[in-house]
Amino acid sequence: MSASMDAVLVALILSDLVLLGSGRLSSCIRTVAFQGILVGLLPLAAGDAGPGIIALGAAVIILKGFVFPRLLYRAIRESATSREVQPLVGYAPSLLAGMAILAGAFWLDGRLEMPMQISSGILVPVALSMMFTGLFLVIARRTAINQVIGYLVLENGIYAFSLAAASQIPFLVEIGVLMDMFVAVFVMGIAIYRINLEFDHIDSEQLTRLRG
Amino acid sequence: MSLVTAAAMLSGIVLAPLLSGIINRTKALFAGRRGAPFLQPYHDLARLLRKHGVFSGTTTWIFRIAPVSVLACVLAAMVLAAPAGINRTWGFEGDLILFAYLLGLARFLTVSAALDTGSSFEGMGASREVLYSALAEPALLMGLAVLARVSGAMSLAGIYDGLGSTEWTSAGTAIPLVLVSFLIVLLAENSRIPFDDPNTHLELTMVHEVMVLDVSGPDFAAIGYGASLKLWLFGSLAVRLALTPSGLTGWAMLLAFIGGMMVLAVLVGIVESVTARLSLLRAPLLLAGAGALSVLAFVLASRFLG
Repeated sequence: MSASMDAVLVALILSDLVLLGSGRLSSCIRTVAFQGILVGLLPLAAGDAGPGIIALGAAVIILKGFVFPRLLYRAIRESATSREVQPLVGYAPSLLAGMAILAGAFWLDGRLEMPMQISSGILVPVALSMMFTGLFLVIARRTAINQVIGYLVLENGIYAFSLAAASQIPFLVEIGVLMDMFVAVFVMGIAIYRINLEFDHIDSEQLTRLRG
Repeated sequence: MSLVTAAAMLSGIVLAPLLSGIINRTKALFAGRRGAPFLQPYHDLARLLRKHGVFSGTTTWIFRIAPVSVLACVLAAMVLAAPAGINRTWGFEGDLILFAYLLGLARFLTVSAALDTGSSFEGMGASREVLYSALAEPALLMGLAVLARVSGAMSLAGIYDGLGSTEWTSAGTAIPLVLVSFLIVLLAENSRIPFDDPNTHLELTMVHEVMVLDVSGPDFAAIGYGASLKLWLFGSLAVRLALTPSGLTGWAMLLAFIGGMMVLAVLVGIVESVTARLSLLRAPLLLAGAGALSVLAFVLASRFLG
């Protein structure tokens, strides 16, 4: 267990809390970009980094830290929508929910029997809490962009979990997942633009009434 | 009681108003002014002590005893907390709870006195003060709980004695998180920006100042001096925690501590100069964030210490 790895993991939790508490879309995007960079640093901080791992980390940092935020910023600009996240659950209750998620993740981790050696004692609970936080963000925020952000947090959690699950991640698999995400964020950006063009808003609550 | 213990208490009692002097000077420098002299808070206290008190006809005995009782509570907390980290046998099991709730009692008395005046403005200030402190209290207590957990001691002196550079790294990043949480609580509890603006004189926006609008003369001196002691106390929590890796005790620790308090005052002045006050709706969120940091620190500490 290395101290740098723990520091990165705690920073990941803190970025989750910032996401739960912040009200501006642009600051949410900046935070999720920062989180992407942290997640990219994770395998490097774990120590035993081969050339494949370094290349993967670099790809993650470039995509999640720079390309996705660019795409999301463009989606905000083109849809000319509100700059607020329009929460369904308020910020302070969201923070409380984040705490509950964190406690739940640590509790769950205590009950899980991990078959393999894990590089850090808090890697699995942090990854679990990131997944649940991502889900919570998807549910509790109204604008479509924030749902993309929630999805990114969820994926960051899954990526961190996969680091724990397989110390030698098959390089091709991870690159494939990254490419899928790239396409997904790209398509979601276009979808947001289309929704906005059609309805003058990107409020996903109102899409429930869209029946043929 | 050894000499250094007495010196630790006296230094807090004597130097506390200096902190506000340093903060105001820092803010003045940032604003491009020369600013009031460092000793201005002492002159203000002396001026107030020479005056007579004026009491509104609608107030009762509550209003009259509150200022002195507030000062007594804060002084008692000072006696408990000041020698911790300097004299390692000071205090008793669980004195950190007493410390936190002596300050809570002081706040309760201030709020009661504000309500006793029957002024609508003071009632508003009291309600805000209670809202902030209700959110700051879990952050403070949870932070103290983390420190008690990591150091394995239940008294303030034991906590600062039990923490060293190994505890800073062994408990993950729990202790730095608690430090940040304490700093946020310090800003909130002492009504500094971004929670409250100590310089504002608009009744609608004040929090702490509006509660003491009707207090005058020596009573106002007691309130003002109590407030600076409180700033010193909350500052000492954070500064002592930051100094624990140095492993100093006795006179060396006392000197380092006083230097640290001056640095802290400059830091608070810088924070006040570069940040805007948060809106009343956003400020509780920052406090909830401080609470979240403390809870996170507690979870991490329990995990790493097994």
